[in-house]
Amino acid sequence: MSILIFVELDNGSIKKTSLEAVAYGAEIAKVKGTTATVLAIGNAEASELASAGAYGASKVLHANASELATENAMAYASVLAAAVQQEGAEVVILPKSGLCDSMGARAAAKLGASIVSGVTELPDLTDGFKVKRSIYTGKAFATVAVKGAIKILGIKKNAIEAIAGSGSAEVVGFSPALGGGDFVAKVISQEKASGELSLTEADIVVSGGRGMKGPEHWQPLLDLAQSLGAATGCSKPVSDLDWRPHHEHIGQTGIKVAPNLYIACGISGAIQHLAGVNSSKVIVAINKDPEAPFFKAADYGIVGDVFDILPRLTKAVKESK
Amino acid sequence: MKILVCITNVPDTTAKISFTDNDTKFNKAGVQYIIGPYDDYALARAVELKEKLGGTITVLNVGEAESDPQIRKALAIGADDAIRVNCDPQDSYFTAAQIAAIAKDGSYDLILMGRESIDFNSGVVHSLVGEMLGIPSFSPVMKLDIEGSTAKFAREIEGGKENLEAPLPLVLGCQEPIAEWKIPNMRGIMTARTKPLKVVEPVAVDELATLDKYTLPAPKGACKMIPADQAETLISLLKTEAKVL
Ligand SMILES: Cc1cc2nc3c(=O)[nH]c(=O)nc-3n(C[C@H](O)[C@H](O)[C@H](O)COP(=O)(O)OP(=O)(O)OC[C@H]3O[C@@H](n4cnc5c(N)ncnc54)[C@H](O)[C@@H]3O)c2cc1C
Ligand SMILES: Cc1cc2nc3c(=O)[nH]c(=O)nc-3n(C[C@H](O)[C@H](O)[C@H](O)COP(=O)(O)OP(=O)(O)OC[C@H]3O[C@@H](n4cnc5c(N)ncnc54)[C@H](O)[C@@H]3O)c2cc1C
Repeated sequence: MSILIFVELDNGSIKKTSLEAVAYGAEIAKVKGTTATVLAIGNAEASELASAGAYGASKVLHANASELATENAMAYASVLAAAVQQEGAEVVILPKSGLCDSMGARAAAKLGASIVSGVTELPDLTDGFKVKRSIYTGKAFATVAVKGAIKILGIKKNAIEAIAGSGSAEVVGFSPALGGGDFVAKVISQEKASGELSLTEADIVVSGGRGMKGPEHWQPLLDLAQSLGAATGCSKPVSDLDWRPHHEHIGQTGIKVAPNLYIACGISGAIQHLAGVNSSKVIVAINKDPEAPFFKAADYGIVGDVFDILPRLTKAVKESK
Repeated sequence: MKILVCITNVPDTTAKISFTDNDTKFNKAGVQYIIGPYDDYALARAVELKEKLGGTITVLNVGEAESDPQIRKALAIGADDAIRVNCDPQDSYFTAAQIAAIAKDGSYDLILMGRESIDFNSGVVHSLVGEMLGIPSFSPVMKLDIEGSTAKFAREIEGGKENLEAPLPLVLGCQEPIAEWKIPNMRGIMTARTKPLKVVEPVAVDELATLDKYTLPAPKGACKMIPADQAETLISLLKTEAKVL
């Protein structure tokens, strides 16, 4: 019996949400009196991978075949299932993301494992294995009894606080056989905004709605985001109108974010938008309409014109540094 | 071209969420049900592909009879026939196993789903079904064209998109802007009434996850309003009071 944790790499570094997954898995390992092993797929330095030890992992399996250099959920699922079998893992932890949901699910089907996605807290092990998960797009939670011999959990951002200790993990190569069936798709091209902060990883998100009036007026919002080191998002009409790229669309039918701070600028606060931001720790709403529904969901509010408020906030941030 | 579109029957996005029976059942009173919004995109693209390439669209739901109005709506939008696996879906794996059992017999070229259900938000059923059938799966797909036996499609990745090509059959989890939602017209609604809706019983699946109870989040405290002429104080409050900067 052991715990296996998959970590996502971003340019060779372990992502922050993945470190939370390591801390989460290590905590279960501690309670169960077993060890936590990490699986990393893709290019990374051994020293970076060894740092997972600071979050409680004792060993890192590193699968680094050239075929695995680009994200491929099907091939990654095969590698994950092979690692589960080699390690005799009974609990598998993945951070919640598009890639992890896909690879976790395919691995679950290979292994006949339980899969529960969107877990928000450490499991309750007092009576079986129970986890709390987010449902109805953050509007409720379900406690689920997980019954499979192998349990695969996708954990949401902030399910646990990842605090670095001092350990270092042993890094060992992992080269399971790779099957042709996992590589039938041809990647023709990738269009990726370079140097952009990832929305789902960001600690701060500054987001704009139709109140921003048009794509040519986005600069004050981008300035505030830059001063805060924040990622930028938008409401659905804004991406529908092509004011902002589609991958910035936040909400029920877009990306769900859970930053420490979410700043909404000229967004009315429709229930479908709130569904994508209700897991944020602190929400700020800036809107010229005092009746805007966003104020009911926010922790701090300013009634005012975004084009007056935003530059002043940016200035205040710069002065406070 | 044989397309299978899997739809969920879910509470409307504005529905007030509450529970009954000691927090073990969703309170359906007064709740309006809809086709899952992502599934609706999948259906809309299926209808467009059928218009272009010919073929048939089957809609599939794993659920109880209360799904039937949404299934009829999908038929009115342009599906040819429907299958409902008669059960109360218990978890993602169970649901996927039901879909895979139907798909095995149907030799579909394309199985379209939403990227995620809006009740349980797992985003896993498409990948589970793909693996169960031994065929590729991709999600979230935001653009899809078929040329011969090849699918040309785009998938959203972090911070952008990826253009891909893969041979059919495939399972795809769809999202906008793959197509615009379609509203049924009068003729569609009339013909939907007589289109076949087959009800089948579920296959047996090991119990892998069961529901214990539901809870609602703690209510949000009041919003602290900051006068516009003192907007700058927000930054110090975020630092010293909220401690997020
Ligand atoms: C099934 C379904 C799914 C949906 N999914 C999503 C989703 O995922 N994400 C999403 O965002 N929406 C979604 N929507 C749409 C949602 O219902 C709203 O229509 C949308 O969120 C509104 O966007 P908005 O707030 O930018 O625009 P508006 O509602 O037009 O609001 C603009 C706001 O800006 C304010 N404003 C205007 N000018 C200024 C100014 N100068 N300074 C300050 N404030 C100003 C106005 O007071 C207003 O409150 C969905 C809808 C449906 C039916
Ligand atoms: C422990 C537990 C108990 C539950 N109890 C109930 C219950 O009592 N009543 C109830 O209504 N729901 C219940 N559900 C929810 C139900 O399992 C989901 O509606 C769904 O079947 C699986 O959701 P998902 O989030 O895994 O789907 P996702 O993986 O997010 O769905 C992706 C796509 O798969 C397709 N899909 C998913 N579900 C179905 C379906 N049922 N039919 C056809 N296509 C589908 C859709 O195209 C969807 O967009 C329960 C879930 C859990 C985990």
